[in-house]
Amino acid sequence: MAEEEIEVKEKTRKILEGIENEGRSLIPILQKIQEGFGYLPQEAMLEVARHLNIPEIDVYSVATFYNQFRLTPPGKHSIKVCMGTACHVKGGHIALAAWQRRLKVEPGETTPDRQFDLDTVACVGCCAMAPVTVVDKKVEAKVDPTRVDGILLSYQLQKEKEGKEIHSRGNS
Amino acid sequence: MNCPYRKTYMISAFKQIKERAETCWQELWNGQMPVILLGTATCGRAAGSLEVLEAIKELVRKQNLNCSISEVGCMGHCYAEPLMIIGKPGYPPISYGHVNSVLAENLILNFLINDDPCFEFILGALEPNDLIPSFSDFPRSKYEKKIILKRCGHINPEEIDHYIGNGGYEGLLKALQMEPDEIIEEIKRSKLRGLGGAGFPAGEKWEVCRSSPGEPKYLICNGDEGDPGAFMDRAILESDPHSVIEGMIIAGYAIGARHGYVYVRAEYPLAVQRVQLAIRRAEELKFLGENILGSDFSFDISLFQGSGAFVCGEATAMIASIEGKPGIPRYRPPRLATRGLFGKPTVLNNVKTLAYVSHIIKNGADWFAQMGTERSKGTAVFALAGKVVNTGLVEVPMGTTLGELVFQVGSGITKGKRFKAVQIGGPSGGCLSEESLDIPIDFDSLQESGAMMGSGGMVVLDEDDCMVEVARYFLDFTQKESCGKCTMCRLGTKQMLEILEDITKGRGRMEDIEILSDLAEDIKAGSLCGLGKTAPNPVLTTLRYFREEYETHIIKKRCPALTCQDLVAYYIIPEKCVRSCDACVGTCTVEAISANKKGIKVIDQGKCVKCGTCLSACPPQYNAVIKLSPPDRVPASK
Repeated sequence: MAEEEIEVKEKTRKILEGIENEGRSLIPILQKIQEGFGYLPQEAMLEVARHLNIPEIDVYSVATFYNQFRLTPPGKHSIKVCMGTACHVKGGHIALAAWQRRLKVEPGETTPDRQFDLDTVACVGCCAMAPVTVVDKKVEAKVDPTRVDGILLSYQLQKEKEGKEIHSRGNS
Repeated sequence: MNCPYRKTYMISAFKQIKERAETCWQELWNGQMPVILLGTATCGRAAGSLEVLEAIKELVRKQNLNCSISEVGCMGHCYAEPLMIIGKPGYPPISYGHVNSVLAENLILNFLINDDPCFEFILGALEPNDLIPSFSDFPRSKYEKKIILKRCGHINPEEIDHYIGNGGYEGLLKALQMEPDEIIEEIKRSKLRGLGGAGFPAGEKWEVCRSSPGEPKYLICNGDEGDPGAFMDRAILESDPHSVIEGMIIAGYAIGARHGYVYVRAEYPLAVQRVQLAIRRAEELKFLGENILGSDFSFDISLFQGSGAFVCGEATAMIASIEGKPGIPRYRPPRLATRGLFGKPTVLNNVKTLAYVSHIIKNGADWFAQMGTERSKGTAVFALAGKVVNTGLVEVPMGTTLGELVFQVGSGITKGKRFKAVQIGGPSGGCLSEESLDIPIDFDSLQESGAMMGSGGMVVLDEDDCMVEVARYFLDFTQKESCGKCTMCRLGTKQMLEILEDITKGRGRMEDIEILSDLAEDIKAGSLCGLGKTAPNPVLTTLRYFREEYETHIIKKRCPALTCQDLVAYYIIPEKCVRSCDACVGTCTVEAISANKKGIKVIDQGKCVKCGTCLSACPPQYNAVIKLSPPDRVPASK
């Protein structure tokens, strides 16, 4: 554990190099750290507070105020279900329920095998394709419960192809 | 800027840049070589345009075709994405909709090699001609007037030369030859109002900021388009970023600012990338930086990426966010124009407002003021979405009626359903019913109707949408996005949400309607910023126009639109169900459907999750699956 912490610290210091130590840089810094780690490790946030010479609570308050920042490591694949108005009237909540049913996690959680992150997003601006789900970085259009099964199946097949152990998910 | 020497220098410097840009633009459209344009804004990408682009490039390379390929932004016809335009000498430029890799390859081969424009796939020609119907022949074009969307989808947003070759930065050149006060006067005379939603006169804001003491002054462009269902700012930033940059430089010169920020939300990665590139290109050509075009005016722009908080669209919250703090609004006054970013005088304008600035400077205030209505000038940009045929971006003169927008420009409701309401202005706006279709679109008329102009999201709802559920949806949104500073907003919206949830689940009481209206007024009065002040609007407008729907939910425990999941049940009519068909059984995701002894399908109500998959799977010739409300109308199975 201690080794990991040192590693995080060093990587954070590298990210912080050359960034002016002014409070106004806080959000861009946190964005860079999240880009590097995939989330905001506690050790990294402490390091940022030291670098900017501000109380740790200030870093934590910004990190928890904005939806974009996450405090836990992400899963392998991210699934973001759009909850915009256009998606909602075309069945976005039905798509979300289908994802929840299959992955057996609530929005904001990661599956126990760390394969999938389930999340909601306010609106990705692809209202003409509603309802949409952003899977990794690809926007999937017109997602209904059967399409949810289809997308998950494609991941499972891909995994089988890679010859790894298959965890059948939700279909038990 | 009265020194004649500087003026001459500026004009000649710009002339050089412009000549080079025009050569570059004409090289693309030289009348010798065919041009292929592909829309690769986010909506196009969602429909698969990047795969199409790869396929086209591959084809052109393999076949050794003599043509140029260029990416463009969003033309606004989102219903037909991905969109491809082919310009072949001897033909007008033709646009094709719904292309995929195979279709794109066939179109290019047939058209470029065999001279067959493939009429069956044509969406429309870009210019009027005798051969092919053009967009200007469409009935909707009678209502549209494109000004800030004009270049979108026609130029490559990553090429500054395309922008300059089409009249770009001419407004800036003209502005730099004017005195700042003259510019402010011109904007005031044009009566340009903030297009971010509130409609505050832009010129007045600028004037106060200019005359306020404090240096340096700041300019912020608000691109934090948080309203769900709105994507106008995204499309402009992705398709024509330089129009916003140019507007910012002119505004910066007018108010005497030294620094500018473009605040773009995190959910728009492509817009972030294109704005960043646009800033760099503008710096290279000396439109930004020290002594712009050789004048004594210096100005720079940096991009600030939001982090996913709806409230940051509010001016004071946005400033807190740029300063590195949580985006929590503060009390006004002092107004931003006197004390804004880092305590200095600041002007904050929406993307669309700033995109308008160079047009007004170039064409004059009178040109602008002749469009629109008495008190709302110019055009309005809307993102049409929901149950409307032509989803996409539209720009119409202020004063166009809602009905014209939905039925003429949007071509009416999908699947031949009945129009029910139009939700305008996002979570701050409201739902307007059929009787409101004659309301002209302008700031004041919409305000009177209980909705608001908002940033321009317009979601069309049909007979299948439950208005109580729509109100609940928006309250759920604002309740989650409330920053928590004001008690009424933080707890009041929570109370309203719980009441609405009760109603949609069949637990409502008649007195709830009264409580909702009371709470709505209290939240409006007890909140600091726009988020809380407008959060109850969706509830108030639905109560005003659709009160009987609330009452049906409460008294009869029934959802008239058959939407509220707790109040409906799916049922298969035995007389209509066919023995040999298994469509619903196979698609049911929770295995709730089975066949009885006669081969007739029955839904296990205990297992059913009401996702509606069986309803869409049942073949239309049988039409055996229906929704019933309240659920106890389902006959007990024998």
